[in-house]
Amino acid sequence: MSVLETKNLKKHFGKVKALDGVDIDVREGEVFGFIGPNGAGKSTTLRVLLGMLKATEGEATIFGKDAWSDAVELHKRIAYVPGDVNLWPNLTGGEVIDLFVKLRGVKRSERREELIRRFQLDPSKKSRTYSKGNRQKVALVAAFSSDADLYILDEPTSGLDPLMERVFQECVMEAKAEGKSVLLSSHILSEVERLCDRVAIIRDGRIIESGSLADLRHLTRTQLLLQTKQHVPDLGEQPGVHHLEEKDGALVFQVDTEKLDDVMRYVSGFGIVKIESTPPTLEDLFMRHYEGVEG
Amino acid sequence: MNKRLYANTGVLARHIARQDRVRLVIWVAAFLVSTLLVVSAFSTLYSSETERQAMAETMENPAMIAMVGPGYGLDNYTVGAMLAHQMLLLTAVVVGVMNILLVARHTRGEEEDGRLELVRALPAGRLSSLASTLVVYTGANLVLALLIAVGLVAFNVESIDVEGSLLYGAALGVTGIFFAALTAVFAQLSESGRGTIGLGMAVLLLAYMVRAIGDVSSEALALVSPFGWIVRTETYVNNLWWPVVATLTAAVVLAVLAFYLNAIRDMDAGFLPSKAGKKQASRLLVHPVGLAVRLQRTGIISWAIAMFVLGASYGSVLGDLESFFADNEMMQQLLTPVSGVSLTEQFLSMLMAVLAMISTIPALLFMLKLKGEESKGRAAHLLERAVSRTRLMGSYLVLALVGGWIMLSLAALGLGVAGNAVMEDSISLGRFYESAMAYLPAMWVMLALAVLLIGLAPSLTVVAWLYLVYSFIVVYMGGLFQFDEWVTKLSPFGHIPELPVEEVSWLALSVLTGIAVVVLVAGFAGYRRRDIQGG
Ligand SMILES: Nc1ncnc2c1ncn2[C@@H]1O[C@H](COP(=O)(O)OP(=O)(O)OP(=O)(O)O)[C@@H](O)[C@H]1O
Ligand SMILES: [Mg+2]
Repeated sequence: MSVLETKNLKKHFGKVKALDGVDIDVREGEVFGFIGPNGAGKSTTLRVLLGMLKATEGEATIFGKDAWSDAVELHKRIAYVPGDVNLWPNLTGGEVIDLFVKLRGVKRSERREELIRRFQLDPSKKSRTYSKGNRQKVALVAAFSSDADLYILDEPTSGLDPLMERVFQECVMEAKAEGKSVLLSSHILSEVERLCDRVAIIRDGRIIESGSLADLRHLTRTQLLLQTKQHVPDLGEQPGVHHLEEKDGALVFQVDTEKLDDVMRYVSGFGIVKIESTPPTLEDLFMRHYEGVEG
Repeated sequence: MNKRLYANTGVLARHIARQDRVRLVIWVAAFLVSTLLVVSAFSTLYSSETERQAMAETMENPAMIAMVGPGYGLDNYTVGAMLAHQMLLLTAVVVGVMNILLVARHTRGEEEDGRLELVRALPAGRLSSLASTLVVYTGANLVLALLIAVGLVAFNVESIDVEGSLLYGAALGVTGIFFAALTAVFAQLSESGRGTIGLGMAVLLLAYMVRAIGDVSSEALALVSPFGWIVRTETYVNNLWWPVVATLTAAVVLAVLAFYLNAIRDMDAGFLPSKAGKKQASRLLVHPVGLAVRLQRTGIISWAIAMFVLGASYGSVLGDLESFFADNEMMQQLLTPVSGVSLTEQFLSMLMAVLAMISTIPALLFMLKLKGEESKGRAAHLLERAVSRTRLMGSYLVLALVGGWIMLSLAALGLGVAGNAVMEDSISLGRFYESAMAYLPAMWVMLALAVLLIGLAPSLTVVAWLYLVYSFIVVYMGGLFQFDEWVTKLSPFGHIPELPVEEVSWLALSVLTGIAVVVLVAGFAGYRRRDIQGG
């Protein structure tokens, strides 16, 4: 079941078409990755979903309600963390978290203390003295201590150190384990790869690819290193084989995932001594899409 | 009305009130104390009726009318009438300034800094931020109105009665609410906090000038301006309440407009188009002075226009002033004639002092922008890129010095051109210019103080503004309150020879310039040594 859905979502700023027909859907209990180059329209999509921008055309619904007109009701069940968190300089981190709790109209939870400890945040300091990462932690603590059903996260770890990044990933996993849904926009592909069940790639305001990571991998190539007893003739001419090279007596090449079976059958006749395969990373996928469009 | 648009307004209002409690207490206390000080000064300095009537006589002077509004109750000029006539308008202007600054900060400022984004992602309505700001500031203005009224009544001066005091307070309060609502509208139009404040201040200045010209020449024109309404309350004499009702009605209309505009726009968007920037830095921009100019271009141009118009609107009164002097024998006796100098020229020097102090505002703004850039972490970028601190500060100083000179020149020019257009005996433009330029050393001292503060105590730059306010009070109203001479001499503006009436005192001017140089050097030395924030 979808908890969040956009249909043919368009957003124009004057002549700039920031979103040009975006379709995504986030299902209940999944972590959905939203990736794309700078200026692709990720933040714009999220801001439309949060009812901060009014869509020029198309639909944006969350829990079956309209993102713009039902914003207040929806926000009771949503937690949001932006990439650039700005706080009230003269309030302490703890006061900011409490303000958010009060705006949600709920009670302070013990989750708050636990998260403050895990993120190693000093809540007694004035916000003006916080570094970028610490401001982000304030927003993360506020988000994860709320009892939201949907988390909308826009590059939430852009200022965190690797240790804190891991704490963040644990928090997302825990939320998922509790059956909550997460929409995560990020430039850190390893993070997306580790956390997300499905991803969508956006470019120039359009979704150019979406599906589970397994589906997407299918669209890409596997890197193979092969050593055989006999010489393999015409390997470069086999359909689906790319970038063939010889390195220290071994063959290094890429194979389209859908042709992998055929290629393996072909090479097995020449006496395989050693074979190493590297699965395509999200980064390969990502790069291929970018290069593809630029070229 | 859709209740969801205003969800959580109460929580946000408490949040704003909490953040501003110190700031608001200081502002309100300052208004209360200064008002009561004026009452006390008036009732001791002008205790006899003859003294008050002598002052009433000078109030028919068009220059006075332009400054404080049309006279009323002059045939029985009580302390109450004096207070309301001479202080209500000026206080209302400052109440307007307070509301513009604080409301802009909580509306567009909050949005521009990205804090509204966090709030809007929570179950707070689209209009809650604006609504909570207006609720808090309406409340603050009402408290101000009430405290002033109570304070005045408690002072127990015969002519200061309960109804008049309530009206006096109410007039200030509704003016505040009006400017709060006006700023709320501008916060929807402009995309930046600075732009919102700029629009607010421009309209405030315009409202003051329209009223000044209107009060002197045409009542219909004066009634275009909210200040034109406020001066017509005739507080403590006729106690008219219609201006209060009218101002409040206008404020409600503006507030509704602000809510409407807020409801239909995207977050972070404004209705005034913001121009697309250039792709490449022009050659000028690469130099730090160029950058300082570029960053403040809109401000420089707006101030230049404003100063010329301000000068011209003062100038437009000079013709009426001339005929007033010609018709009024008592004034001729009161102002001892100086040979070769007309009565109008005697008035010039006082106008010049006012124009010079107002020209110092943009000059200080240009200089203090350096501190603003630093606290936003942008000065550090430049300093990392091999721009020495002396050069960086020097660039802003050059801009401030040149800017201040341009502003003062334009004001003098406006005054001269408009004045000569309406006067029968014209005064040469050179004479106007000369008496304006005499104020430059005083402006330099103010700028040097700003440099010193940026260099040594950047958190205390507000002191420069307080010193300017002090100068304004002692120079502008020194005669009224009959301050001792040393009080006036504490301000650099009190040392400037009043051309063309007085001789040029090169000594005073050189001493001021010398002080400015010494203070500047100290400021530069401090700036080289201290830590730079941000980066
Ligand atoms: N208020 C606005 N006015 C005009 N154009 C805008 C506005 N906001 C965004 N845009 C444009 O819309 C496009 C999408 O921007 P968006 O911020 O959504 O990108 P993004 O995918 O979040 O990029 P990043 O990875 O850098 O965060 C960009 O081309 C941007 O310039
Ligand atoms: Mg973004």
